[in-house]
Amino acid sequence: MLSILRRRAAAGGSDAVLLSERLRKSCAAAMMRFQGYTTAAKEMTVREALNSVLDEEMSADPRVFLMGEEVGEYQGAYKVSKGLLQKFGPERVVDTPITEAGFTGIGVGAAYYGLRPVVEFMTFNFAMQAIDHIINSAAKTNYMSAGNISVPIVFRGPNGAAAGVGAQHSHCYAAWYGSCPGLKVLVPYSSEDARGLLKAAIRDPDPVVFLENELMYGERFPVSAEALDSSFCLPIGKAKIEREGKDVTITAFSKMVGLSLEAAEILAKEGISAEVINLRSIRPLDRSTINASVRKTNRLVTVEEGFPQHGVGAEIGMSIVEDSFGYLDAPIERITGADVPMPYAANLERMALPQIEDIVRAAKRVCYRSVPMAATA
Amino acid sequence: MDLQVLDFPGGKVAFTSKMQFISETSEKRVPCYRVLDDYGQQIEYDCSAQVNEELAVKMYTDMVTLQIMDAIFYEAQRQGRISFYLTSMGEEAINIASAAALTNDDIVLPQYREQGVLLWRGFTVQEFANQCFGNKVDYGKGRQMPIHYGSNKHNYFTVSSPIGTQLPQAVGAAYSLKMDKKSACVAAYFGDGGTSEGDFHAGLNFAAVMEAPVIFFCRNNGWAISTHTREQFRSDGIVVRGQAYGIRSIRVDGNDALAVYSAVREAREMAIKDQRPILIEALTYRVGHHSTSDDSTKYRSMDEIEYWKMSRNPVNRFRKWVERNMWWDDKREVELRNDIRNQVLRAIQTAEKCEKPPLSDLFRDVYDTLPSNLHEQESQLRETIKSYPKDYPLDVPV
Repeated sequence: MLSILRRRAAAGGSDAVLLSERLRKSCAAAMMRFQGYTTAAKEMTVREALNSVLDEEMSADPRVFLMGEEVGEYQGAYKVSKGLLQKFGPERVVDTPITEAGFTGIGVGAAYYGLRPVVEFMTFNFAMQAIDHIINSAAKTNYMSAGNISVPIVFRGPNGAAAGVGAQHSHCYAAWYGSCPGLKVLVPYSSEDARGLLKAAIRDPDPVVFLENELMYGERFPVSAEALDSSFCLPIGKAKIEREGKDVTITAFSKMVGLSLEAAEILAKEGISAEVINLRSIRPLDRSTINASVRKTNRLVTVEEGFPQHGVGAEIGMSIVEDSFGYLDAPIERITGADVPMPYAANLERMALPQIEDIVRAAKRVCYRSVPMAATA
Repeated sequence: MDLQVLDFPGGKVAFTSKMQFISETSEKRVPCYRVLDDYGQQIEYDCSAQVNEELAVKMYTDMVTLQIMDAIFYEAQRQGRISFYLTSMGEEAINIASAAALTNDDIVLPQYREQGVLLWRGFTVQEFANQCFGNKVDYGKGRQMPIHYGSNKHNYFTVSSPIGTQLPQAVGAAYSLKMDKKSACVAAYFGDGGTSEGDFHAGLNFAAVMEAPVIFFCRNNGWAISTHTREQFRSDGIVVRGQAYGIRSIRVDGNDALAVYSAVREAREMAIKDQRPILIEALTYRVGHHSTSDDSTKYRSMDEIEYWKMSRNPVNRFRKWVERNMWWDDKREVELRNDIRNQVLRAIQTAEKCEKPPLSDLFRDVYDTLPSNLHEQESQLRETIKSYPKDYPLDVPV
């Protein structure tokens, strides 16, 4: 189209030139808009999202630094810190000896002084060797020092089950950390969650436990232009309604959000409209969003990977009983992992974790549809 | 020729065909550095021990203040006026002399028996009393049990009960000083018992690898509550562990104020100039019980305690040296002791009469900003208090 205008302009004179100029600009604008749509359709894996946040936050604030096993030379045990050592140098990306208690304590000490460490655990299972520092040195310190010592630290790493890694590599710690005052606990699901929540965590003055998921690292999600902006931040303590519905509320976090969405698809075909809530934050828990949803649907299924006793679902259930009891049309159901240390054999592991069918059956049960009770192998 | 050289990760090492195990102990224990003998006389002329009159008198008066403050606060606990106390009796030289060798820019991470360091830096007897009584002017807002002091302006990190956690934290703080290129170091204190914690290993190992400017100061006072050092470890004390981590170390007589002062001065210079950690083991004796919750006569003899309290007293020993220099006399001694005693008693009375912290301090500082759920809880609590005033004592402010 521009070439036609050019020929005409060449023929016409100054008016034509102006016209072609204006048209060229509007075409350019249209192309920009078109590019805008393309940007909105940009996809990013969760791993890339986390990497981009670390890169941007370390560039923006010289106090932010990353510390953990294999984060530097090895590019990160799960490659989340790829390229960062090369870009920022060994002072900002610190490879540590094998001592979770040691480097967690060091991170806390650095935070006491005023730096903003991001401490990576190869998995949160290993963070148990540092739990004293996380709870007693980080979570409680602002309170116990009467506000004199703040701890702007982020503890991050994969949490929960992976695939075939056994009991000491599959524990979910959401309920553990979620019970502790002084901590904030975040659970991203998508790449946008990863970007917005990790940025919020790094910028937050309080200690934040950031529970990722190994199996989600490679998952690709579309990311909006807004989310790609370096100032993008999601609020801590607000859940996201991933899918609206009116018959039953399903709450989930991390990988289980994906399963819940798939369950919702299946339920829709059977005439049950499920509302899926992505918690995003375990502490603070977005009780108002969950309660508002249950007041609308009157039925609740909570989903989590972790062990059943004292789990996240137990807390959510009690919140509903406390605030929305009169709205319930059915007892609350919780779908959790089995009450056993995670077995290794693939078939056993499958039976120890929530599957899509479990969520579908639970939703049907609370809707009083007839359905067999037990899971089949 | 027996000795040839091999190349391994970690560097070249000579090898030998004679199989020889390194003994678990060396024939002689690592000697202990001291400047003053038991009678307060300087053993050798040593420039590093140069302490002028002004400094010496401040050191001595602070040691006496610490002694008296400890004694009276201990008694206050026995009288039921405070719930808990922990003295530094026998370790006055360690507390005051080490503090004197540091500057106010050096960050101190204490265990819990180093109140003298805070005293040296200017924390007043009244401020100590306020924390012990948990009143409304306590900098800790009544959040902690007694002796858990902390003061940002004195660069003294709040005492935390778990043993040894301050060691890796000290490395983190030192790393931050290093990144900021500050001419300051971190001084982390701990006892003989604390060296058994995993954090000791992690802290020292890391400090060496990261080349962090930390002074690791071990108060080896012979006892961890009722556990004697023989049941705590089998090494020759703590000083020998330094080399195992690649850390320069020294053993000093912890009851010799001048030795402690010189060693810490030197350690500080090396730590900052070379950017390296230093380990100091100060040998001493815990004269008091572990705390007011302990009766140490149950596991050690009264004679042993008396011996250390009288003949090996670090305060008396330093006093003799100060007096020999004509910088102190009996008259000033009596005046000082009376003066401090009155000060401490008054501070206790004032702290005791002072109001407790208000209700609003219950919910704050859990997070940087008050979250909505705690705001709700506070309102609910206030409502409950209004509805049932008989259940809430009048002397607790809301």
